[in-house]
Amino acid sequence: MDIILLNVIVLVYLLIVGYLGYKGWKGTSSAEDYMVGGRKIHPFVMAMSYGATFISTAAIVGFGGFAGLFGMSLLWLTFLNIFLGIFIAFVFFGKRTRKMGHNLNALTFPELLAKRFESKFIQWFSGLLIFCAMPIYAAAVLIGAARFIETTLNISFDVALLVFSVIIAVYVVMGGLKGVMYTDAFQGTIMFFGMLFLLYMTYDILGGVTTAHQAITNMSGMVPANLASIGHAGWTSMPTFGSPMWWTIVSSIILGVGIGVLAQPQLVVRFMTVKSNRELNRAVLIGAVFILIATGTAYVVGTLSNVYFMNTEGVLSIGATVSEAFPTGNSDSIMPLYINKAMPEWFIYIFLVSLLAAAMSTISSQFHAQGTSIGRDVYETLCGKKGLNSVIITRFGIIVAIIIAVILGYILPGGIVARGTALFFGLCSAAFLPAYALGLFWKRTTKEGAIAGLLTGTFVSLFCLLFVHEKEAAALGISKMLIGRDVLISTMPWPFVDPMVISLPLAFIATVVVSLLTKAPSEDHLKKCFKGI
Amino acid sequence: MLGISDPYVLSAYVLCILSTLLCVIYGALNWNKGSETETEEIEEELKWEKEEEKMEDEIGTVV
Repeated sequence: MDIILLNVIVLVYLLIVGYLGYKGWKGTSSAEDYMVGGRKIHPFVMAMSYGATFISTAAIVGFGGFAGLFGMSLLWLTFLNIFLGIFIAFVFFGKRTRKMGHNLNALTFPELLAKRFESKFIQWFSGLLIFCAMPIYAAAVLIGAARFIETTLNISFDVALLVFSVIIAVYVVMGGLKGVMYTDAFQGTIMFFGMLFLLYMTYDILGGVTTAHQAITNMSGMVPANLASIGHAGWTSMPTFGSPMWWTIVSSIILGVGIGVLAQPQLVVRFMTVKSNRELNRAVLIGAVFILIATGTAYVVGTLSNVYFMNTEGVLSIGATVSEAFPTGNSDSIMPLYINKAMPEWFIYIFLVSLLAAAMSTISSQFHAQGTSIGRDVYETLCGKKGLNSVIITRFGIIVAIIIAVILGYILPGGIVARGTALFFGLCSAAFLPAYALGLFWKRTTKEGAIAGLLTGTFVSLFCLLFVHEKEAAALGISKMLIGRDVLISTMPWPFVDPMVISLPLAFIATVVVSLLTKAPSEDHLKKCFKGI
Repeated sequence: MLGISDPYVLSAYVLCILSTLLCVIYGALNWNKGSETETEEIEEELKWEKEEEKMEDEIGTVV
Protein backbone atom coordinates (compact mmCIF):
# COMPACT_ATOMS: atom_id res chain seq x y z
CA MET A 1 0.00 0.00 0.00
CA ASP A 2 1.31 3.44 -0.97
CA ILE A 3 0.50 5.40 2.18
CA ILE A 4 1.80 8.74 0.85
CA LEU A 5 -0.28 8.60 -2.33
CA LEU A 6 -3.35 7.56 -0.36
CA ASN A 7 -2.89 10.33 2.19
CA VAL A 8 -2.43 12.96 -0.51
CA ILE A 9 -5.60 11.87 -2.36
CA VAL A 10 -7.70 11.69 0.81
CA LEU A 11 -6.33 15.01 2.10
CA VAL A 12 -7.06 16.84 -1.17
CA TYR A 13 -10.53 15.33 -1.19
CA LEU A 14 -11.29 16.29 2.40
CA LEU A 15 -9.98 19.82 1.85
CA ILE A 16 -12.30 20.31 -1.12
CA VAL A 17 -15.27 18.83 0.76
CA GLY A 18 -14.41 20.98 3.79
CA TYR A 19 -14.25 24.09 1.61
CA LEU A 20 -17.61 23.32 -0.04
CA GLY A 21 -19.20 22.57 3.33
CA TYR A 22 -17.83 25.91 4.61
CA LYS A 23 -19.13 27.70 1.51
CA GLY A 24 -22.59 26.22 2.17
CA TRP A 25 -22.40 27.19 5.83
CA LYS A 26 -21.41 30.77 5.00
CA GLY A 27 -24.30 31.05 2.57
CA THR A 28 -26.87 29.75 5.05
CA SER A 29 -28.55 32.68 6.72
CA SER A 30 -32.24 31.78 7.02
CA ALA A 31 -34.24 28.67 7.83
CA GLU A 32 -35.22 28.48 4.16
CA ASP A 33 -31.54 28.48 3.13
CA TYR A 34 -30.88 25.67 5.54
CA MET A 35 -33.85 23.56 4.48
CA VAL A 36 -34.02 23.91 0.68
CA GLY A 37 -30.82 25.67 -0.21
CA GLY A 38 -32.57 28.96 -0.75
CA ARG A 39 -34.32 27.55 -3.88
CA LYS A 40 -31.59 28.91 -6.17
CA ILE A 41 -29.48 25.88 -6.92
CA HIS A 42 -27.68 25.45 -10.27
CA PRO A 43 -29.04 22.60 -12.47
CA PHE A 44 -25.68 20.82 -12.58
CA VAL A 45 -25.46 20.93 -8.79
CA MET A 46 -29.09 19.81 -8.51
CA ALA A 47 -28.75 16.89 -10.95
CA MET A 48 -25.44 15.69 -9.56
CA SER A 49 -26.73 16.07 -6.04
CA TYR A 50 -29.88 14.09 -6.88
CA GLY A 51 -27.79 11.43 -8.61
CA ALA A 52 -25.17 11.22 -5.90
CA THR A 53 -27.87 10.99 -3.23
CA PHE A 54 -29.77 8.40 -5.22
CA ILE A 55 -26.73 6.30 -6.02
CA SER A 56 -24.79 5.43 -2.96
CA THR A 57 -22.51 2.74 -1.71
CA ALA A 58 -25.77 0.83 -1.35
CA ALA A 59 -26.07 0.76 -5.15
CA ILE A 60 -22.39 0.19 -5.77
CA VAL A 61 -21.33 -2.11 -2.93
CA GLY A 62 -24.65 -3.70 -1.95
CA PHE A 63 -26.39 -4.05 -5.30
CA GLY A 64 -23.09 -4.61 -7.14
CA GLY A 65 -22.49 -7.48 -4.70
CA PHE A 66 -26.01 -8.78 -5.33
CA ALA A 67 -25.24 -8.71 -9.06
CA GLY A 68 -22.13 -10.78 -8.29
CA LEU A 69 -24.44 -13.36 -6.73
CA PHE A 70 -27.53 -13.13 -8.94
CA GLY A 71 -26.35 -11.62 -12.24
CA MET A 72 -27.42 -9.09 -14.83
CA SER A 73 -31.19 -9.40 -14.33
CA LEU A 74 -30.61 -6.49 -11.95
CA LEU A 75 -30.17 -4.27 -15.01
CA TRP A 76 -33.96 -3.96 -15.00
CA LEU A 77 -33.45 -1.85 -11.93
CA THR A 78 -31.09 0.47 -13.81
CA PHE A 79 -33.73 0.81 -16.52
CA LEU A 80 -36.39 1.71 -13.93
CA ASN A 81 -33.95 4.05 -12.17
CA ILE A 82 -33.47 5.96 -15.42
CA PHE A 83 -36.98 5.80 -16.82
CA LEU A 84 -38.98 6.20 -13.59
CA GLY A 85 -36.36 7.68 -11.28
CA ILE A 86 -35.19 10.31 -13.76
CA PHE A 87 -37.53 10.77 -16.73
CA ILE A 88 -40.92 10.31 -15.05
CA ALA A 89 -39.72 11.70 -11.71
CA PHE A 90 -38.29 14.92 -13.15
CA VAL A 91 -40.56 15.59 -16.11
CA PHE A 92 -43.90 14.68 -14.54
CA PHE A 93 -43.49 14.57 -10.76
CA GLY A 94 -40.65 17.07 -10.40
CA LYS A 95 -42.25 19.98 -12.21
CA ARG A 96 -45.54 19.66 -10.35
CA THR A 97 -43.75 19.14 -7.04
CA ARG A 98 -41.61 22.22 -7.58
CA LYS A 99 -44.58 24.38 -8.50
CA MET A 100 -46.81 23.09 -5.74
CA GLY A 101 -43.96 23.36 -3.22
CA HIS A 102 -43.57 26.97 -4.29
CA ASN A 103 -47.33 27.71 -4.23
CA LEU A 104 -47.63 26.31 -0.72
CA ASN A 105 -44.22 27.52 0.48
CA ALA A 106 -43.32 23.99 1.57
CA LEU A 107 -39.76 23.19 2.61
CA THR A 108 -39.87 19.46 3.28
CA PHE A 109 -41.61 16.50 1.69
CA PRO A 110 -43.96 15.89 4.66
CA GLU A 111 -44.72 19.63 4.71
CA LEU A 112 -45.69 19.51 1.04
CA LEU A 113 -48.10 16.63 1.68
CA ALA A 114 -49.43 18.31 4.80
CA LYS A 115 -50.08 21.63 3.07
CA ARG A 116 -51.62 19.98 0.02
CA PHE A 117 -54.05 18.09 2.24
CA GLU A 118 -54.33 20.68 5.04
CA SER A 119 -53.45 18.13 7.68
CA LYS A 120 -50.97 18.56 10.50
CA PHE A 121 -51.31 14.84 11.25
CA ILE A 122 -49.86 13.98 7.83
CA GLN A 123 -46.86 16.20 8.51
CA TRP A 124 -45.86 14.89 11.90
CA PHE A 125 -46.74 11.27 11.13
CA SER A 126 -44.69 11.35 7.91
CA GLY A 127 -41.86 13.13 9.72
CA LEU A 128 -41.86 10.54 12.45
CA LEU A 129 -42.02 7.68 9.94
CA ILE A 130 -39.01 9.07 8.06
CA PHE A 131 -37.10 9.61 11.28
CA CYS A 132 -37.79 6.08 12.49
CA ALA A 133 -37.39 4.15 9.20
CA MET A 134 -34.44 5.92 7.66
CA PRO A 135 -31.77 4.73 10.11
CA ILE A 136 -31.83 1.25 8.56
CA TYR A 137 -31.10 2.71 5.12
CA ALA A 138 -28.50 5.08 6.54
CA ALA A 139 -26.89 2.16 8.39
CA ALA A 140 -26.85 0.13 5.16
CA VAL A 141 -24.95 2.92 3.41
CA LEU A 142 -22.55 3.32 6.34
CA ILE A 143 -21.83 -0.41 6.33
CA GLY A 144 -21.17 -0.34 2.57
CA ALA A 145 -18.58 2.41 2.96
CA ALA A 146 -16.98 0.87 6.04
CA ARG A 147 -16.62 -2.49 4.25
CA PHE A 148 -14.74 -0.78 1.45
CA ILE A 149 -12.44 1.07 3.87
CA GLU A 150 -11.90 -2.20 5.74
CA THR A 151 -10.88 -4.07 2.58
CA THR A 152 -8.75 -1.30 1.07
CA LEU A 153 -6.93 0.02 4.13
CA ASN A 154 -6.90 -3.26 5.97
CA ILE A 155 -8.23 -1.73 9.16
CA SER A 156 -10.97 -3.00 11.44
CA PHE A 157 -14.57 -2.60 10.24
CA ASP A 158 -15.55 -1.10 13.61
CA VAL A 159 -12.90 1.65 13.45
CA ALA A 160 -13.74 2.41 9.81
CA LEU A 161 -17.42 2.80 10.70
CA LEU A 162 -16.77 5.14 13.60
CA VAL A 163 -14.26 7.46 11.89
CA PHE A 164 -16.39 7.70 8.77
CA SER A 165 -19.51 8.60 10.76
CA VAL A 166 -17.70 11.42 12.57
CA ILE A 167 -16.54 12.97 9.25
CA ILE A 168 -20.10 12.93 7.88
CA ALA A 169 -21.54 14.34 11.10
CA VAL A 170 -19.29 17.39 10.98
CA TYR A 171 -20.18 18.58 7.52
CA VAL A 172 -23.89 17.81 7.58
CA VAL A 173 -24.47 19.61 10.86
CA MET A 174 -22.49 22.61 9.66
CA GLY A 175 -23.76 23.07 6.14
CA GLY A 176 -27.46 22.26 5.88
CA LEU A 177 -28.79 21.30 2.47
CA LYS A 178 -26.83 23.91 0.56
CA GLY A 179 -23.57 22.53 1.93
CA VAL A 180 -24.82 19.03 1.30
CA MET A 181 -25.71 19.83 -2.32
CA TYR A 182 -22.37 21.47 -3.15
CA THR A 183 -20.43 18.56 -1.74
CA ASP A 184 -22.87 16.13 -3.37
CA ALA A 185 -22.20 17.65 -6.78
CA PHE A 186 -18.44 17.35 -6.30
CA GLN A 187 -18.79 13.80 -5.01
CA GLY A 188 -21.14 12.91 -7.86
CA THR A 189 -18.55 14.10 -10.38
CA ILE A 190 -15.82 11.93 -8.81
CA MET A 191 -18.19 8.95 -8.72
CA PHE A 192 -19.12 9.38 -12.37
CA PHE A 193 -15.54 9.28 -13.64
CA GLY A 194 -14.60 6.56 -11.14
CA MET A 195 -17.40 4.29 -12.34
CA LEU A 196 -16.73 5.05 -16.01
CA PHE A 197 -13.10 4.00 -15.60
CA LEU A 198 -14.11 0.89 -13.66
CA LEU A 199 -16.48 -0.16 -16.45
CA TYR A 200 -13.88 0.48 -19.15
CA MET A 201 -11.15 -1.37 -17.23
CA THR A 202 -13.37 -4.38 -16.50
CA TYR A 203 -14.39 -4.83 -20.15
CA ASP A 204 -10.76 -4.28 -21.15
CA ILE A 205 -9.40 -6.90 -18.69
CA LEU A 206 -12.00 -9.45 -19.83
CA GLY A 207 -11.45 -8.96 -23.58
CA GLY A 208 -14.24 -6.56 -24.60
CA VAL A 209 -18.00 -6.25 -24.18
CA THR A 210 -19.23 -9.32 -26.06
CA THR A 211 -16.33 -11.57 -25.00
CA ALA A 212 -16.82 -10.66 -21.33
CA HIS A 213 -20.59 -11.24 -21.50
CA GLN A 214 -20.09 -14.51 -23.38
CA ALA A 215 -17.64 -15.70 -20.71
CA ILE A 216 -20.17 -15.14 -17.90
CA THR A 217 -22.96 -16.69 -20.04
CA ASN A 218 -20.78 -19.79 -20.47
CA MET A 219 -20.44 -20.07 -16.69
CA SER A 220 -24.15 -20.85 -16.19
CA GLY A 221 -23.26 -24.48 -15.38
CA MET A 222 -21.21 -23.29 -12.38
CA VAL A 223 -24.13 -21.82 -10.44
CA PRO A 224 -23.81 -23.18 -6.87
CA ALA A 225 -26.41 -25.80 -5.97
CA ASN A 226 -27.95 -23.69 -3.19
CA LEU A 227 -28.56 -20.83 -5.63
CA ALA A 228 -29.75 -23.12 -8.45
CA SER A 229 -32.32 -24.64 -6.07
CA ILE A 230 -33.94 -21.21 -5.48
CA GLY A 231 -34.15 -20.41 -9.20
CA HIS A 232 -30.71 -19.14 -10.32
CA ALA A 233 -30.48 -19.94 -14.06
CA GLY A 234 -27.13 -18.29 -14.83
CA TRP A 235 -25.71 -14.76 -14.50
CA THR A 236 -27.05 -13.50 -17.83
CA SER A 237 -30.51 -15.07 -17.47
CA MET A 238 -33.60 -14.09 -15.54
CA PRO A 239 -34.22 -16.43 -12.57
CA THR A 240 -36.77 -19.22 -13.12
CA PHE A 241 -40.23 -17.60 -13.23
CA GLY A 242 -42.05 -17.80 -9.89
CA SER A 243 -39.05 -19.20 -7.98
CA PRO A 244 -37.99 -17.66 -4.60
CA MET A 245 -35.11 -15.88 -6.34
CA TRP A 246 -37.42 -14.51 -9.05
CA TRP A 247 -39.70 -13.03 -6.38
CA THR A 248 -36.76 -11.55 -4.46
CA ILE A 249 -35.19 -9.97 -7.55
CA VAL A 250 -38.38 -8.82 -9.23
CA SER A 251 -40.50 -7.78 -6.25
CA SER A 252 -37.93 -6.57 -3.70
CA ILE A 253 -35.06 -5.32 -5.78
CA ILE A 254 -36.47 -4.27 -9.16
CA LEU A 255 -39.98 -3.11 -8.18
CA GLY A 256 -39.27 -2.18 -4.55
CA VAL A 257 -36.36 0.08 -5.36
CA GLY A 258 -37.37 0.98 -8.93
CA ILE A 259 -40.82 2.30 -7.96
CA GLY A 260 -39.81 3.33 -4.46
CA VAL A 261 -37.54 6.01 -5.82
CA LEU A 262 -40.52 8.16 -6.82
CA ALA A 263 -41.47 8.79 -3.20
CA GLN A 264 -38.09 9.14 -1.49
CA PRO A 265 -38.27 12.09 0.89
CA GLN A 266 -34.55 12.90 0.54
CA LEU A 267 -34.92 12.96 -3.28
CA VAL A 268 -38.30 14.68 -3.60
CA VAL A 269 -37.04 17.66 -1.58
CA ARG A 270 -34.51 18.27 -4.35
CA PHE A 271 -37.28 19.17 -6.81
CA MET A 272 -38.18 22.02 -4.50
CA THR A 273 -34.65 23.43 -4.55
CA VAL A 274 -34.52 24.67 -8.14
CA LYS A 275 -35.76 28.04 -9.30
CA SER A 276 -37.57 26.96 -12.48
CA ASN A 277 -38.56 24.04 -14.71
CA ARG A 278 -35.58 24.83 -16.94
CA GLU A 279 -33.25 23.43 -14.28
CA LEU A 280 -35.31 20.24 -14.14
CA ASN A 281 -35.21 19.88 -17.94
CA ARG A 282 -31.43 20.16 -17.87
CA ALA A 283 -31.17 17.85 -14.89
CA VAL A 284 -32.98 15.10 -16.87
CA LEU A 285 -30.07 14.95 -19.31
CA ILE A 286 -27.29 15.07 -16.70
CA GLY A 287 -29.07 12.75 -14.25
CA ALA A 288 -29.80 9.97 -16.78
CA VAL A 289 -26.21 9.74 -18.01
CA PHE A 290 -25.04 9.71 -14.40
CA ILE A 291 -27.42 6.92 -13.34
CA LEU A 292 -26.63 4.81 -16.42
CA ILE A 293 -22.92 4.91 -15.70
CA ALA A 294 -23.15 4.63 -11.91
CA THR A 295 -25.69 1.82 -11.49
CA GLY A 296 -25.16 0.13 -14.85
CA THR A 297 -21.46 -0.19 -14.07
CA ALA A 298 -22.12 -1.60 -10.60
CA TYR A 299 -24.41 -4.34 -11.91
CA VAL A 300 -22.34 -5.22 -14.97
CA VAL A 301 -19.03 -5.19 -13.10
CA GLY A 302 -20.53 -7.05 -10.12
CA THR A 303 -21.69 -9.81 -12.47
CA LEU A 304 -18.44 -9.92 -14.46
CA SER A 305 -16.35 -10.13 -11.28
CA ASN A 306 -17.25 -13.84 -11.34
CA VAL A 307 -15.30 -14.27 -14.59
CA TYR A 308 -12.32 -12.40 -13.13
CA PHE A 309 -12.21 -14.46 -9.92
CA MET A 310 -12.75 -17.71 -11.85
CA ASN A 311 -9.86 -16.86 -14.21
CA THR A 312 -7.46 -15.73 -11.49
CA GLU A 313 -8.37 -17.75 -8.39
CA GLY A 314 -10.63 -20.53 -9.68
CA VAL A 315 -13.57 -19.46 -7.48
CA LEU A 316 -16.77 -17.47 -7.92
CA SER A 317 -16.93 -13.93 -6.49
CA ILE A 318 -18.83 -15.03 -3.39
CA GLY A 319 -16.24 -17.77 -2.85
CA ALA A 320 -13.47 -15.18 -2.93
CA THR A 321 -15.08 -13.27 -0.03
CA VAL A 322 -15.09 -16.21 2.37
CA SER A 323 -13.44 -15.23 5.65
CA GLU A 324 -13.44 -16.19 9.31
CA ALA A 325 -16.27 -13.76 10.03
CA PHE A 326 -18.26 -14.89 6.96
CA PRO A 327 -17.65 -18.63 6.34
CA THR A 328 -20.16 -18.71 3.44
CA GLY A 329 -19.02 -15.39 1.95
CA ASN A 330 -20.45 -11.88 2.18
CA SER A 331 -21.98 -10.27 -0.91
CA ASP A 332 -21.22 -6.81 0.57
CA SER A 333 -17.49 -7.57 0.15
CA ILE A 334 -17.58 -8.62 -3.55
CA MET A 335 -17.19 -5.14 -5.08
CA PRO A 336 -14.53 -3.89 -2.62
CA LEU A 337 -12.55 -7.10 -3.10
CA TYR A 338 -12.83 -7.08 -6.90
CA ILE A 339 -11.67 -3.47 -7.14
CA ASN A 340 -8.77 -4.13 -4.77
CA LYS A 341 -7.64 -7.16 -6.76
CA ALA A 342 -8.29 -6.14 -10.34
CA MET A 343 -7.66 -2.40 -10.55
CA PRO A 344 -4.37 -0.46 -10.57
CA GLU A 345 -3.30 0.82 -7.15
CA TRP A 346 -3.75 4.53 -7.91
CA PHE A 347 -7.28 3.82 -9.05
CA ILE A 348 -8.11 1.93 -5.85
CA TYR A 349 -7.40 5.08 -3.86
CA ILE A 350 -9.34 7.31 -6.22
CA PHE A 351 -12.18 4.82 -6.14
CA LEU A 352 -12.00 4.64 -2.37
CA VAL A 353 -12.53 8.37 -2.37
CA SER A 354 -15.37 8.13 -4.89
CA LEU A 355 -17.08 5.40 -2.88
CA LEU A 356 -16.69 7.37 0.28
CA ALA A 357 -18.10 10.29 -1.68
CA ALA A 358 -21.06 8.18 -2.75
CA ALA A 359 -21.72 7.14 0.81
CA MET A 360 -21.20 10.61 2.21
CA SER A 361 -23.50 12.26 -0.29
CA THR A 362 -26.32 9.81 0.29
CA ILE A 363 -25.98 9.55 3.99
CA SER A 364 -25.65 13.29 4.50
CA SER A 365 -28.94 13.77 2.64
CA GLN A 366 -30.53 11.01 4.69
CA PHE A 367 -29.42 12.62 7.93
CA HIS A 368 -30.55 15.97 6.63
CA ALA A 369 -33.98 14.54 5.74
CA GLN A 370 -34.20 12.94 9.17
CA GLY A 371 -33.16 16.15 10.92
CA THR A 372 -35.69 18.28 9.07
CA SER A 373 -38.37 15.64 9.75
CA ILE A 374 -37.89 16.00 13.45
CA GLY A 375 -37.24 19.78 13.48
CA ARG A 376 -39.70 21.05 10.94
CA ASP A 377 -42.29 18.32 10.63
CA VAL A 378 -42.60 16.96 14.14
CA TYR A 379 -41.39 19.79 16.41
CA GLU A 380 -42.88 22.73 14.53
CA THR A 381 -46.16 20.96 13.82
CA LEU A 382 -46.73 19.67 17.31
CA CYS A 383 -45.37 22.68 19.23
CA GLY A 384 -46.52 25.35 16.78
CA LYS A 385 -43.17 27.18 17.04
CA LYS A 386 -41.08 28.36 14.12
CA GLY A 387 -37.73 29.94 13.39
CA LEU A 388 -34.22 29.37 14.65
CA ASN A 389 -35.43 26.98 17.32
CA SER A 390 -36.42 24.46 14.65
CA VAL A 391 -32.98 24.77 13.04
CA ILE A 392 -31.45 23.86 16.42
CA ILE A 393 -33.85 20.91 16.82
CA THR A 394 -33.04 19.89 13.22
CA ARG A 395 -29.31 19.80 14.00
CA PHE A 396 -29.97 17.89 17.18
CA GLY A 397 -32.16 15.44 15.20
CA ILE A 398 -29.29 14.91 12.75
CA ILE A 399 -26.91 14.02 15.58
CA VAL A 400 -29.42 11.57 17.08
CA ALA A 401 -29.97 10.06 13.60
CA ILE A 402 -26.22 9.58 13.14
CA ILE A 403 -25.88 7.88 16.52
CA ILE A 404 -28.76 5.48 15.76
CA ALA A 405 -27.31 4.65 12.31
CA VAL A 406 -23.85 3.96 13.75
CA ILE A 407 -25.29 1.65 16.42
CA LEU A 408 -27.29 -0.20 13.73
CA GLY A 409 -24.13 -0.35 11.60
CA TYR A 410 -22.43 -2.35 14.34
CA ILE A 411 -25.26 -4.81 14.93
CA LEU A 412 -26.71 -5.53 11.47
CA PRO A 413 -25.60 -8.78 9.78
CA GLY A 414 -23.56 -9.28 6.55
CA GLY A 415 -25.23 -8.95 3.15
CA ILE A 416 -27.61 -6.33 4.56
CA VAL A 417 -26.69 -3.35 2.36
CA ALA A 418 -28.95 -4.07 -0.63
CA ARG A 419 -31.71 -5.57 1.51
CA GLY A 420 -31.79 -2.65 3.98
CA THR A 421 -32.03 -0.23 1.07
CA ALA A 422 -34.84 -2.20 -0.59
CA LEU A 423 -36.71 -2.36 2.70
CA PHE A 424 -36.60 1.40 3.19
CA PHE A 425 -37.52 2.17 -0.44
CA GLY A 426 -40.46 -0.26 -0.25
CA LEU A 427 -41.78 1.22 2.97
CA CYS A 428 -41.49 4.79 1.65
CA SER A 429 -43.27 4.05 -1.59
CA ALA A 430 -46.14 2.21 0.13
CA ALA A 431 -46.61 4.95 2.71
CA PHE A 432 -46.07 8.08 0.62
CA LEU A 433 -46.53 7.33 -3.08
CA PRO A 434 -50.37 7.21 -3.15
CA ALA A 435 -50.83 10.52 -1.30
CA TYR A 436 -47.93 12.13 -3.18
CA ALA A 437 -48.82 10.96 -6.70
CA LEU A 438 -52.58 11.42 -6.35
CA GLY A 439 -52.07 14.70 -4.53
CA LEU A 440 -50.12 15.99 -7.53
CA PHE A 441 -52.28 14.57 -10.29
CA TRP A 442 -55.83 14.10 -8.94
CA LYS A 443 -57.56 17.14 -7.49
CA ARG A 444 -60.33 15.03 -5.97
CA THR A 445 -57.90 13.42 -3.46
CA THR A 446 -59.02 14.43 0.02
CA LYS A 447 -57.27 14.81 3.35
CA GLU A 448 -59.05 11.71 4.67
CA GLY A 449 -58.07 9.74 1.55
CA ALA A 450 -54.43 10.74 1.91
CA ILE A 451 -54.41 9.77 5.59
CA ALA A 452 -56.08 6.43 4.78
CA GLY A 453 -53.39 5.70 2.15
CA LEU A 454 -50.56 6.77 4.43
CA LEU A 455 -51.75 4.58 7.29
CA THR A 456 -52.64 1.61 5.05
CA GLY A 457 -49.26 1.72 3.31
CA THR A 458 -47.35 2.02 6.57
CA PHE A 459 -49.18 -0.56 8.62
CA VAL A 460 -49.68 -3.18 5.86
CA SER A 461 -45.93 -2.91 5.13
CA LEU A 462 -45.06 -3.32 8.79
CA PHE A 463 -47.49 -6.24 9.13
CA CYS A 464 -45.93 -7.96 6.09
CA LEU A 465 -42.42 -7.36 7.42
CA LEU A 466 -43.33 -8.87 10.78
CA PHE A 467 -45.58 -11.75 9.65
CA VAL A 468 -45.37 -12.47 5.89
CA HIS A 469 -41.99 -11.71 4.28
CA GLU A 470 -39.78 -14.54 5.47
CA LYS A 471 -36.44 -12.76 5.42
CA GLU A 472 -37.44 -10.06 7.92
CA ALA A 473 -40.16 -11.98 9.79
CA ALA A 474 -37.81 -14.85 10.64
CA ALA A 475 -35.00 -12.49 11.67
CA LEU A 476 -37.25 -10.33 13.85
CA GLY A 477 -38.90 -13.36 15.48
CA ILE A 478 -42.13 -11.60 16.51
CA SER A 479 -44.27 -13.94 14.39
CA LYS A 480 -42.53 -16.97 15.92
CA MET A 481 -43.17 -15.62 19.40
CA LEU A 482 -46.86 -14.90 18.80
CA ILE A 483 -48.04 -17.67 16.49
CA GLY A 484 -45.23 -20.21 16.76
CA ARG A 485 -44.25 -20.00 13.07
CA ASP A 486 -41.71 -17.84 11.20
CA VAL A 487 -44.40 -16.62 8.79
CA LEU A 488 -48.17 -16.50 8.80
CA ILE A 489 -48.56 -18.05 5.31
CA SER A 490 -45.88 -20.47 4.17
CA THR A 491 -47.43 -21.34 0.76
CA MET A 492 -45.35 -20.13 -2.21
CA PRO A 493 -44.87 -17.37 -3.22
CA TRP A 494 -46.02 -15.40 -0.14
CA PRO A 495 -42.89 -15.73 2.01
CA PHE A 496 -40.87 -14.21 -0.85
CA VAL A 497 -43.28 -11.52 -2.08
CA ASP A 498 -41.97 -8.10 -1.11
CA PRO A 499 -44.27 -6.22 1.33
CA MET A 500 -44.49 -3.33 -1.15
CA VAL A 501 -46.20 -5.50 -3.79
CA ILE A 502 -49.06 -6.00 -1.33
CA SER A 503 -49.08 -2.70 0.57
CA LEU A 504 -48.71 -0.24 -2.31
CA PRO A 505 -51.81 -1.32 -4.29
CA LEU A 506 -53.83 -1.50 -1.04
CA ALA A 507 -52.68 2.00 -0.09
CA PHE A 508 -53.67 3.33 -3.54
CA ILE A 509 -57.10 1.68 -3.26
CA ALA A 510 -57.59 3.08 0.25
CA THR A 511 -56.66 6.60 -0.90
CA VAL A 512 -59.01 6.52 -3.90
CA VAL A 513 -61.98 4.89 -2.13
CA VAL A 514 -61.83 7.11 0.97
CA SER A 515 -61.33 10.20 -1.20
CA LEU A 516 -64.45 9.38 -3.19
CA LEU A 517 -66.44 8.81 0.01
CA THR A 518 -65.41 12.10 1.63
CA LYS A 519 -66.00 15.76 0.85
CA ALA A 520 -63.87 17.18 -1.93
CA PRO A 521 -61.29 19.85 -0.98
CA SER A 522 -62.43 23.48 -1.35
CA GLU A 523 -62.07 25.14 -4.74
CA ASP A 524 -60.05 27.96 -3.21
CA HIS A 525 -57.50 25.62 -1.71
CA LEU A 526 -57.16 23.63 -4.93
CA LYS A 527 -56.69 26.86 -6.87
CA LYS A 528 -53.86 27.82 -4.54
CA CYS A 529 -52.20 24.38 -4.76
CA PHE A 530 -52.48 24.03 -8.52
CA LYS A 531 -51.74 27.63 -9.50
CA GLY A 532 -49.66 27.53 -12.66
CA ILE A 533 -49.79 23.71 -12.91
CA MET B 1 -26.35 -10.73 -29.20
CA LEU B 2 -23.70 -8.95 -27.05
CA GLY B 3 -22.96 -12.34 -25.48
CA ILE B 4 -26.26 -12.30 -23.55
CA SER B 5 -28.54 -15.15 -24.53
CA ASP B 6 -31.65 -14.41 -22.43
CA PRO B 7 -33.84 -11.91 -24.34
CA TYR B 8 -35.22 -10.47 -21.06
CA VAL B 9 -31.78 -9.58 -19.74
CA LEU B 10 -30.66 -8.36 -23.17
CA SER B 11 -33.78 -6.14 -23.30
CA ALA B 12 -32.86 -4.63 -19.93
CA TYR B 13 -29.32 -3.90 -21.20
CA VAL B 14 -30.63 -2.23 -24.35
CA LEU B 15 -33.48 -0.39 -22.56
CA CYS B 16 -30.96 1.17 -20.14
CA ILE B 17 -29.18 2.76 -23.09
CA LEU B 18 -32.40 3.73 -24.92
CA SER B 19 -33.95 5.33 -21.84
CA THR B 20 -30.77 7.34 -21.30
CA LEU B 21 -30.95 8.49 -24.93
CA LEU B 22 -34.57 9.52 -24.37
CA CYS B 23 -33.52 11.65 -21.39
CA VAL B 24 -30.56 13.15 -23.27
CA ILE B 25 -32.77 14.11 -26.22
CA TYR B 26 -35.48 15.50 -23.92
CA GLY B 27 -32.93 17.49 -21.92
CA ALA B 28 -31.25 18.85 -25.04
CA LEU B 29 -34.52 19.87 -26.72
CA ASN B 30 -35.81 21.61 -23.56
CA TRP B 31 -32.45 22.99 -22.39
CA ASN B 32 -33.62 26.60 -22.32
CA LYS B 33 -37.33 26.09 -21.72
CA GLY B 34 -39.24 26.50 -18.48
CA SER B 35 -37.81 29.60 -16.85
CA GLU B 36 -40.72 31.89 -17.77
CA THR B 37 -42.12 32.24 -14.24
CA GLU B 38 -38.76 32.50 -12.46
CA THR B 39 -38.75 36.24 -11.67
CA GLU B 40 -42.32 36.20 -10.45
CA GLU B 41 -41.66 33.22 -8.17
CA ILE B 42 -38.53 34.76 -6.67
CA GLU B 43 -40.48 37.94 -5.88
CA GLU B 44 -43.22 35.87 -4.19
CA GLU B 45 -40.64 34.04 -2.14
CA LEU B 46 -39.01 37.28 -1.03
CA LYS B 47 -42.44 38.42 0.14
CA TRP B 48 -42.90 35.22 2.17
CA GLU B 49 -39.44 35.55 3.60
CA LYS B 50 -40.23 39.07 4.82
CA GLU B 51 -43.56 37.96 6.26
CA GLU B 52 -41.87 35.11 8.07
CA GLU B 53 -39.18 37.38 9.50
CA LYS B 54 -41.84 39.84 10.64
CA MET B 55 -43.77 37.01 12.28
CA GLU B 56 -40.66 35.78 14.06
CA ASP B 57 -39.93 39.28 15.33
CA GLU B 58 -43.43 39.48 16.73
CA ILE B 59 -43.43 36.03 18.33
CA GLY B 60 -39.79 36.12 19.39
CA THR B 61 -37.45 33.13 19.19
CA VAL B 62 -35.19 31.42 21.69
CA VAL B 63 -31.66 31.04 20.34
